[in-house]
Amino acid sequence: MTERMRIEAILRELFEVAARPGVSVAKRAKRGKPLVGVLPYYAPEEIVHATGMLPVGVWGGTADISKANHYFPPFACPLVKSALELAIRGVYDGLAAMMVPCLCESLTFFGQNFRAARPDIPFVPVVHPQNRRSPEGVAYLRAEYQKVQARLEAIAGRKIAPGDLDSAIGIFNDHRRALRAFLEEAPRHPSLVLPGVRHAVVKSSYFMDRAEHAALVGELTRHLKGIPEGESGRGKKVVVTGIMAEPEGLMGLFEDVGLDVVADDLAQESRAFRTDVPDGGDPLERLARRWSLVEGCSLAFDPGKERNRILLELVRRSGARGLVVLMMQFCDPEEMDYPLYRKDFDAAGIPVLHLETEPRMSLEQARTRLQSFAEMI
Amino acid sequence: MSEVQTSKQLLDHYAGQVYADAAAAKAAGTPVGWSTAIAPQEFFETMGLPLVYPENHSAVISARKRALGFLERAEAYGYHADICGYMRVNFGYLLEGAKGDADVPPAPVPDFVVCCNNYCTMIVKWYENLAKELGIPVFMIDMPYNPEGVVDEPRVRYIRAQFDRLVGQLEDLTGRPFDRDRFREVMEVSRENVRLWKRAFEIVSHVPSPANGFDFYNYLTLMVFMRGRPETTEVLRLWIREMEGKIARGEGPFRDAQERFRVMFDGIACWPQLAHTAKVFRSHGINITGSNYPDGWAVQYETGDLEGMARAYASVANNMSLERQVAKRVEIIRQGRCDGAVYHMNRSCKVMDFLTYEAQRRVFEETGAPYITFDGDQADPRVFVAAQFDTRVQALVEMMEARKGDGR
Ligand code: SF4
Ligand code: SF4
Repeated sequence: MTERMRIEAILRELFEVAARPGVSVAKRAKRGKPLVGVLPYYAPEEIVHATGMLPVGVWGGTADISKANHYFPPFACPLVKSALELAIRGVYDGLAAMMVPCLCESLTFFGQNFRAARPDIPFVPVVHPQNRRSPEGVAYLRAEYQKVQARLEAIAGRKIAPGDLDSAIGIFNDHRRALRAFLEEAPRHPSLVLPGVRHAVVKSSYFMDRAEHAALVGELTRHLKGIPEGESGRGKKVVVTGIMAEPEGLMGLFEDVGLDVVADDLAQESRAFRTDVPDGGDPLERLARRWSLVEGCSLAFDPGKERNRILLELVRRSGARGLVVLMMQFCDPEEMDYPLYRKDFDAAGIPVLHLETEPRMSLEQARTRLQSFAEMI
Repeated sequence: MSEVQTSKQLLDHYAGQVYADAAAAKAAGTPVGWSTAIAPQEFFETMGLPLVYPENHSAVISARKRALGFLERAEAYGYHADICGYMRVNFGYLLEGAKGDADVPPAPVPDFVVCCNNYCTMIVKWYENLAKELGIPVFMIDMPYNPEGVVDEPRVRYIRAQFDRLVGQLEDLTGRPFDRDRFREVMEVSRENVRLWKRAFEIVSHVPSPANGFDFYNYLTLMVFMRGRPETTEVLRLWIREMEGKIARGEGPFRDAQERFRVMFDGIACWPQLAHTAKVFRSHGINITGSNYPDGWAVQYETGDLEGMARAYASVANNMSLERQVAKRVEIIRQGRCDGAVYHMNRSCKVMDFLTYEAQRRVFEETGAPYITFDGDQADPRVFVAAQFDTRVQALVEMMEARKGDGR
């Protein structure tokens, strides 16, 4: 098989997983692994892995909302509304547990509403501290993770053996490195790794075993390095920021109007694996210290607004000509950050496109706006 | 004050003073802070550092029908109209140059901000932005949410450690040592005020109630601004005496109407339409005899007990599980002998709304008290629709009548 064929085969496989997560996950469940649903953001998935269960990302979907309206008013963010809808409809019935971080109002109350609507699925909340860099913050989070561990062990019916958590951390760190390396290499192949493909490679990681995903992505990157750079200069380079590059079809619009995504600052993508679990100390403490190292995320207390600087640097370093903000509808954390980084971008003379996203948004309108942005930059 | 005053006059006097006092302190060189509404003020009171409360400020502006201009200013700056109206009014005020006038209290631009997230998560972003935009320090007092309704030991330790850290930070800020004796005094005063506040709830529950409609929301200003001061003790004692007098004289809440129904009002008042909502209630003889909102300031602990204080501040109802929030409302309905409940679906305040539907079903199941929900906003006048409110209140009246007719 030529490099190119192998690249295409891997991309097809990952694209499939991202397009139909249910199928991929069901295949894994058949292998006997209990599945644990994991809501965003910064959940200690390593603990799930160490108990022999498979963490599966729960990021909502495009389902028509009817049953969730029984719990959430119309102005809850689509991510939690659709996740609850799917939960009530039975899509997550096979899950051994649902782990829910509480980093914003939507998630906090998703957890409570989920528990009310589906008392039969074990609920594992995680509440991160916001004074996350102080020793007391780390100590608190360590204790919180300890509670999570005890819960998950009870659910899995087995204790985490010494060394298991450290090795899970190793696997997840390797996976993070693999994804970062892929995203470094991807911009050199704009016609192969189109924006939709790039998104699918990352998104697929939420529905596969991390070691398996890291191996595939690692192989992909190696092959990409082995082929000549793709022709450049066709698309215009942009960076995307926000929560996620959804709904389906949104990234295809970038391709259509000639925008290349050279870097991202999405919570579902780069932000999720920008920060490794640090070395040293017992594993739960290491996991807790990862949260202290997170930078530039709307969900992590950031009094200096490092995000403004990080975002600006990302755009400059990647040679992008503009920033596209994929603003999830009704998302307080992201909406609160926007005016401040926008001000810095305006001052730096870097064009910004603000695009509000929701599962049933009009892609035609989005296309028009992306088109004029592409022409302008 | 020489002439005899009512508690309401005293309240207005003190409430009118708070902004001017803060501005005067600032002019005299004392650092002034802006604070979230249920922060442990005891530390700042002890240090003699005046705090101003932007949520109260925005509420006053909204009640005086001046919010719209500020909201639009903040929206033009990039703040989405879906985010907290109080926050938008606050940034609008800053962007307009932080100037007071006859309706807008002159809140001085702060030298530091204090953020305690025990009732709202969004507020962390608000204070982050204040700190960044104004280039000032933020004292973050983090009180993690309690998804299972228990403030566990690691949480207490974490919060307690933050208190200790805060003391050091305030000593650095002022260059003065933290006076432990003064701290005990402030705790003692705060404790007494909270006790009186709880006592007032009990008195309000008398049938007919001596308190009128949104009274609690008015006196709340003191609990927000001056929970650690003797002035609050003075006003609350007087208010309680007045209410006891009304009970003794057999007087109800309204001069011109009977108290026909008693309801729990859930959430923040709909300040821009306060007059309308109050008028409609009164026209049906509806009185508010309970609310989860003022209850948030009933932070109870023993003087000198810092762990207890940590637990109390972390136990504010919004920071608690669904079950605890339901239990709180059931308690309020029972204590206030409420015939029904009115839930304010507050458009830009997510924390007050995202549990409402399940909570109201459960509260109804336990109490049998009929309820309605109406759309409004704590600050944005563009959300409320009078016709919807009026019809729903009418419907509630019919349900409450039917239930009373049942001879429950
Ligand atoms: S961060 Fe935003 S998109 Fe994510 S759950 Fe919270 S409100 Fe929804
Ligand atoms: S969102 Fe609600 S609780 Fe939070 S600050 Fe605004 S009004 Fe207060």
